[in-house]
Amino acid sequence: MWRRLIALIHKEFLALLRDKASRFVLIGPPLIQLLVFSYAATYDLSNIAFVVVNDDPGLAGRQVLARLTGAPSFHQIATLPSTDGIAAFIDSGRALMAVHIERDFTRDLLAGRPGPMQIIIDGRNSNTATIALNYANEIILAFEADWAASHGTPPPPASLITRAWYNPDLLSRWFVVPGIVGLLTFVVTILVSALSVVRERESGTYDQLLVSPYRPWEILLGKAIPGFLIGGAEAALISAAAVLWFGVPLTGNPLALVLGLALFLISAIGIGLVISALAATQQQGLLGAFLFLVPAIILSGFASPIANMPVAVQYLTRLNPMRYLMVILRGAFLQGDGIHALADQYWPLAALGLASMTIAAWLVRRRMY
Amino acid sequence: MNGRRLAGLIIKETLQILRDPSALGIAFVLPLFLLLLFGFGVSLNAEHVPIGVVADHPSPTTDPLVAALRHSRYFEVRTLAGLGPARDLLSRREIDAILWLRNDFSRQTLTRAPASIGLIVNGTDANTARLVEGYVLQSWMIWLAQQSQVAAHPLGLPVGLQFRIWFNPALRSQDYLVPGLIAVIMTLIGALLTALVVAREWERGTMEALMAAPVTMAEILAGKLLPYFVLGMGGMALSVALAVFVFAVPLHGSVLILALTSALFMLVALGMGLLISSLARIQFVAGQIAIVVTFLPAFILSGFIFDIRSMPAPVQMITRILPARYFVSILQSVFLAGNVWSVILPDMAALAAMAVFFLGITLARSRKRLD
Repeated sequence: MWRRLIALIHKEFLALLRDKASRFVLIGPPLIQLLVFSYAATYDLSNIAFVVVNDDPGLAGRQVLARLTGAPSFHQIATLPSTDGIAAFIDSGRALMAVHIERDFTRDLLAGRPGPMQIIIDGRNSNTATIALNYANEIILAFEADWAASHGTPPPPASLITRAWYNPDLLSRWFVVPGIVGLLTFVVTILVSALSVVRERESGTYDQLLVSPYRPWEILLGKAIPGFLIGGAEAALISAAAVLWFGVPLTGNPLALVLGLALFLISAIGIGLVISALAATQQQGLLGAFLFLVPAIILSGFASPIANMPVAVQYLTRLNPMRYLMVILRGAFLQGDGIHALADQYWPLAALGLASMTIAAWLVRRRMY
Repeated sequence: MNGRRLAGLIIKETLQILRDPSALGIAFVLPLFLLLLFGFGVSLNAEHVPIGVVADHPSPTTDPLVAALRHSRYFEVRTLAGLGPARDLLSRREIDAILWLRNDFSRQTLTRAPASIGLIVNGTDANTARLVEGYVLQSWMIWLAQQSQVAAHPLGLPVGLQFRIWFNPALRSQDYLVPGLIAVIMTLIGALLTALVVAREWERGTMEALMAAPVTMAEILAGKLLPYFVLGMGGMALSVALAVFVFAVPLHGSVLILALTSALFMLVALGMGLLISSLARIQFVAGQIAIVVTFLPAFILSGFIFDIRSMPAPVQMITRILPARYFVSILQSVFLAGNVWSVILPDMAALAAMAVFFLGITLARSRKRLD
């Protein structure tokens, strides 16, 4: 029986890897995407272009500007004579931010009144705007603390000291790269399994498979195992790249990661096979894979937190294997989690895997008779 | 190109579309479904963030700060007994941050010795952590302003700093995400619509019948392009209507500009699909390529969610070959800022060049040959 199964798996691998183009789409794009996306997917602002209108003849205005230009994330691209010129820079997107220091800034500060200044930010990308606002706020606060200290103004009664656990420098890349491990594994696995049954059906070889002495569950395993091996290999490769190339720390138990990925692969393949068994043509299979992939990626917590979603959508995400994988990946990579800490994520994945495989088996069997 | 022959091809293609509803599904049901799901599902505005407050000794000085957090719509405050339990909750992801008011906090503030408030955030999700940090900073500044009033002299914040956010003063993340989503979804739909159509003819063997027919290759391609163009523009109109009427995204620019740029973009997306389709004669490969080169790059590299200006220079160069990048930029400007010609014209020029490129290559590569 095992020999029969191995022959089936062998045949399945041949079908997947036989021609050069199919081989390439399995290996090339994930690697290219890993490289490009990992560098691209960041919320950190490293290059905030700003323009300056300084109407203040005094020293304090220049001190504030020196702090902004000295900050590594900011760089000044122009000094404008008046606020009229600001719109042209912001509208065209050449500058993200404009700093306007009013005429009486130094005088008011020295007199103990609030020194007036404005910061204008392009809000078209509201996340970028929020982060730029926070950066600028921190710089001005530091200026204020120093000014207060050196001019006898009472210091603020308390200072706020922030520490970030698990990711002390708050690098987006540490958050995104583990997510990409899951993302690419997911896409490859779903595509391989979603087209596996329907490809044979379309080319007519499925009937031959049915008249062969295979039992339905053997056919199902034969279809599932290649996807599992390909997805697993892909996940291992990308995880290794995350650690070795991108320097993301793997602080948790590697076994916890492996267990999570294995459970995830089973549920992803199950879903892929269900899609494949339902589809009549490859086009439908592909469409079905897509209709599942896209929402599953967006509603996984990969790019935007699940906690921000409406409550009804949050419940919906419980059916999404990607959701659990994201927590497992980030927990194992960054938070140092072991198997025990991630148990809450394993159970739903196992349940989803069992349910989807059962449905797939039932569908494959039903489509036989 | 002959009008009657072209009309014949268009009728054939339209019949095929009507017979197999999957194309209609791609054009209308998919954008509806995706836009609703993502428009409601994707948000970068963190609200009701669970935060643990550890006040070792609650006091009149710290109460207003905790109250400021409690009244902020950004936080869901949980008062915790000590730092130990708070750490546990943070590592179990039940709270996202801890605000720690040390037991000497009141005494220190009264004696004017600088006290410190500790804020510990879970940095795993760096972006949310940063937002939380910013929100706490705002609450702290409100508290500071109140304390200044109580003390009747300014306390440590001498600058009267005002922030003005242009185009999106409330910083609603949906206002920038929904226009971007339209671009992402339309890239996908445009390419998917045409990616499979030529490959399908090859796989089914009907390509030979088409080749034997007295039509030119240009007519075959135009016959494939036009019906799907109409479908794609229908999906586009539906998406824009949803953005405006369901998601209440303001549309400051003109509808005409929007229609014009959308038409240009649709040609690029369909052209990309046709090119893929004529390169790969197997539907499996064509579909894989369509997904790989459209959805994920449009999602991550177009500036729809991750700002292109923050990417390293080589990656920024790569984004220049993505049509979605230009369309995202046009849509964000037309929706939120209006008809900003300094953005729209260069982007339209890039899209026009791409449309010519994709359709030109497809035409040049398509020969009436069977090998």
